Amino acid sequence: MKEYQTITEISGPLVFAEVDEPVGYDEIVEIETPDGDTLRGQVLESSEGLVSIQVFEGTGGIDRNASVRFLGETMKMPVTEDLLGRVLDGSGNPIDDGPEIVPEERRDIVGAAINPYSREYPEEFIQTGVSTIDGMNTLVRGQKLPIFSGSGLPHNDLALQIARQATVPEEEDGGDDEASDFAVIFGAIGITAEEANEFMQDFERTGALERSVVFMNLADDPAVERTVTPRLALTTAEYLAFEKDYHVLVILTDITNYCEALREIGAAREEVPGRRGYPGYMYTDLAQLYERAGRIEGREGSVTQIPILTMPSDDITHPIPDLTGYITEGQIIVDRSLNSQGAKPPIDVSDSLSRLMDDGIGEGLTRGDHSDVSAQLYAAYAEGKDLRDLVNIVGREALSERDNKYLDFADRFEEEFVQQGYDTDRTIIETLEIGWELLSMFPKEELNRIDEDAIEEYYLEDESEVAEATAD
Amino acid sequence: MSQAQDTETVREDGIIESVSGPVVTAADLDARMNDVVYVGDEGLMGEVIEIEGNLTTIQVYEETSGVGPGEPVENTGEPLSVDLGPGMLDSIYDGVQRPLDVLESKMGTAFLDRGVDAPGIDLEKTWEFTPTVSVGDTVAPGDIVGEVPETESITHKVMVPPDYDGGDVTAAEEGEFTVDEPVVELDSGEAVTMHQEWPVRQARPALEKQSPTIPLVSGQRIQDGLFPIAKGGTAAIPGPFGSGKTVTQHQLAKWSDADIVVYVGCGERGNEMTEVIEDFPELEDPKTGKPLMSRTCLIANTSNMPVAARESCIYTGITIAEYFRDMGYDVALMADSTSRWAEAMREISSRLEEMPGEEGYPAYLAASLSEFYERAGLFELLNGDQGSISAIGAVSPPGGDFSEPVTQNTLRIVKTFWALDADLANRRHFPSINWNDSYSLYTQQLDPWYRENVAEDFPEIRQWAVDVLDEEDELQEIVQLVGKDALPEDQQLTLEVARYLREAWLQQNAFHDVDTFCPPEKTYQMLQAIKTFNDEAFAALDAGVPVGEITGVDAAPRLNRMGTAEEWDEFIDELESNLEAQIRELY
Repeated sequence: MKEYQTITEISGPLVFAEVDEPVGYDEIVEIETPDGDTLRGQVLESSEGLVSIQVFEGTGGIDRNASVRFLGETMKMPVTEDLLGRVLDGSGNPIDDGPEIVPEERRDIVGAAINPYSREYPEEFIQTGVSTIDGMNTLVRGQKLPIFSGSGLPHNDLALQIARQATVPEEEDGGDDEASDFAVIFGAIGITAEEANEFMQDFERTGALERSVVFMNLADDPAVERTVTPRLALTTAEYLAFEKDYHVLVILTDITNYCEALREIGAAREEVPGRRGYPGYMYTDLAQLYERAGRIEGREGSVTQIPILTMPSDDITHPIPDLTGYITEGQIIVDRSLNSQGAKPPIDVSDSLSRLMDDGIGEGLTRGDHSDVSAQLYAAYAEGKDLRDLVNIVGREALSERDNKYLDFADRFEEEFVQQGYDTDRTIIETLEIGWELLSMFPKEELNRIDEDAIEEYYLEDESEVAEATAD
Repeated sequence: MSQAQDTETVREDGIIESVSGPVVTAADLDARMNDVVYVGDEGLMGEVIEIEGNLTTIQVYEETSGVGPGEPVENTGEPLSVDLGPGMLDSIYDGVQRPLDVLESKMGTAFLDRGVDAPGIDLEKTWEFTPTVSVGDTVAPGDIVGEVPETESITHKVMVPPDYDGGDVTAAEEGEFTVDEPVVELDSGEAVTMHQEWPVRQARPALEKQSPTIPLVSGQRIQDGLFPIAKGGTAAIPGPFGSGKTVTQHQLAKWSDADIVVYVGCGERGNEMTEVIEDFPELEDPKTGKPLMSRTCLIANTSNMPVAARESCIYTGITIAEYFRDMGYDVALMADSTSRWAEAMREISSRLEEMPGEEGYPAYLAASLSEFYERAGLFELLNGDQGSISAIGAVSPPGGDFSEPVTQNTLRIVKTFWALDADLANRRHFPSINWNDSYSLYTQQLDPWYRENVAEDFPEIRQWAVDVLDEEDELQEIVQLVGKDALPEDQQLTLEVARYLREAWLQQNAFHDVDTFCPPEKTYQMLQAIKTFNDEAFAALDAGVPVGEITGVDAAPRLNRMGTAEEWDEFIDELESNLEAQIRELY
């Protein structure tokens, strides 16, 4: 390993150094400052005689006399099953005073793409116990389903609720082995210490920490490190899922901070910026994170991802949510106005979506009427919401009886279906039953999205009479 | 390849000068533009994209981590080409035509390793060849000389390659051959094999382009009914995420009546490609009853696979499509999504530090898009037959804003526009194609076909539907202000009819066994049933029946069940007579 003292330029998070032997692209670099600190970085561009290095911890303290060492390998994550229950920093070093980690394997953190031919299509229903997700935007194993939120909204409570409650129903009676197969990887990317404490306390309270690996890059940790934290988390997840047969749920928060870090590096490299100054390759870069969710044919485990991102000024067309939405298999939207109404969790189902829902539900998986019920709930809620605008102008009296029913439906939907509290764990059957209770406000003919047999079976005659009576 | 000097000069190999992501520069490399090279000790596949003095810039189709200056670059002296021959159907390729199933077994892992290459078609496998020419026949480039049963439903036709001279047949044998063994020999000294190679960035020749007059029947009501695309036509499907682009593309790949489907998954989700791989072998082609996969060729370059291969996958797809077109087939090419392709161009362009055009896209974006769509069309082939390629490109505009460069440049070229609408998608109105914004410029030239093959009055009844929907659009603005009940009765009735058009006719459930495919006859009958309701209802209204009573008849909501009814013709007949009877009873 050769040492150089040949730094020619330091700019933002980047260091340029002259070299006299070839250095590989993406290789790991150690820089020793005159004060004796060792900083780590990665080769961003390598040409004959000159390399540019991105320093994870920031370039503070580096001067022209700092020595640069090239480790001759790309960044690796030491992985082992013993990582479960451990807390690591954003670069993968333990910070919980636990025993030293003896790795079984050291894996490249970039991670090769899964061959689409080797994938297995995800279709195993995960019950989160949240009606708006299970009933309307079902999560399945191997899916990547982000939570789109905004500043000041309770997305963390929702993520914790999911991490706590997620189960696969039919396995409940399949013995206790299955339960231990479940692992949570939590990647904190630039969140505040307070938020991080919230997560940690909840993990400790519920005993979830034992089956979790936590990566912590906090708001005051170096920004450049944020580009590696999620990769370390996902490398660990892949190892546990595809080597050790765990069903891994990866929660990454907050992707917005990750993208800010990308932009910072892009700007320092004087790259041609794309939309709003984010680099043009952000789509590819994000895809390399999100696409690491999935199932592989012939392997037991799975990687399910729930990335959380806060939309700057709640704008879903902002490049971060926009590019994310194009890669992930749907999105769960946390809504500000529902939140101020006190709905817990305040999920806005109309803009939310789970693309893998149709294959994960139905006869044998959840219940035969699931798909129809959710479609009908969507349509009815959309109609009710539209009418709210109209009511503001013309008043309730000017609306027909049918319209009034839709208005009532929309209100009851928010109060009974959406609202459930962060500690209520509803089974999918309970969720569907609440759905039927609400739909039974309408006469049978209005339920045009539901199969007629299902109406016969589940429609609650009394409910419509009650609704009729109150309407009169 | 075809130029003589290539074979004579020995091309010099070079040395890597710098590496930055997928862009590598090499010194001392003697190469032409677009030559394929192998980069580094691992032999990663790449393509020459810029030559400046002694420096050659290469885009690498694989991950470049760990590659450094000083490593060798080897030149193949050939442009990026695809292997054409039997064995392409029922296959799944990456963006540079490496078969993904072969890669899996060669790499021995579910993850895509580097530096592994494999030919696009199996060179070892033997195929049963039957000549269609005999000794003494004269053949020219493009002529069919024999047939191979490639899959259950498709006969592969072996052709004289377009760059041959042609001549008299001196030998033509029936039997089992590998793709590289000569099957027909010519007196010009040329030997025809089942294997052709063709550079992807160059269109395969045809005699001339013709105006298409037959629709690509999609089995989707809004497309067949309102906005048809011709066989040999071009269409774009732009829409924000979650609006159903991919489902629409999948529906077309499944149910359209093309002979061959080439599906290019360009920079999209891995799970979506898996869905196709798992679903298609189980689905039946409505035309032949054979598995859909046996007429399908998949190209999957998912979003996390190397960006340079994403740039080339569109070309790989269209070249394979052209090859099947040359056999006289009607080919449908789906590209999902062309925006990812454009972004790949942008990414490479920005690494080259080219002067950016609009929104950072390279200035040649429009040219590249039109070049791609122009390779579609109805063609008179070299051998005098006809063959077609219909190109359908999904567009993913950032933020769903159609004014961005990729959507705008695409719209200038394509003749069918299916605008997906997030608002419709949010109400779960699928397919969420907006009927006010979409258009098809093929309607007129396809009308004769519809008159002859579906119903004499098809164009008229379609126009009626369009008018009702237009009127609804205008009325809705008033309704937003004053409420529906404030409208005069006839307008209330129009709204009700329009609602059935939307909910019963335009909506179609892609996940329902019956509703997923709707033959044009059924599309017509369903529309006819709604028209019957309309005519009867207005007659009743004229006779003084209140609108509430008319719309309240029991049979009316049954219109919504037409799409999913098992025996649709009986169901619709019965429904029409019920509607008639029940409404007439009111007066």
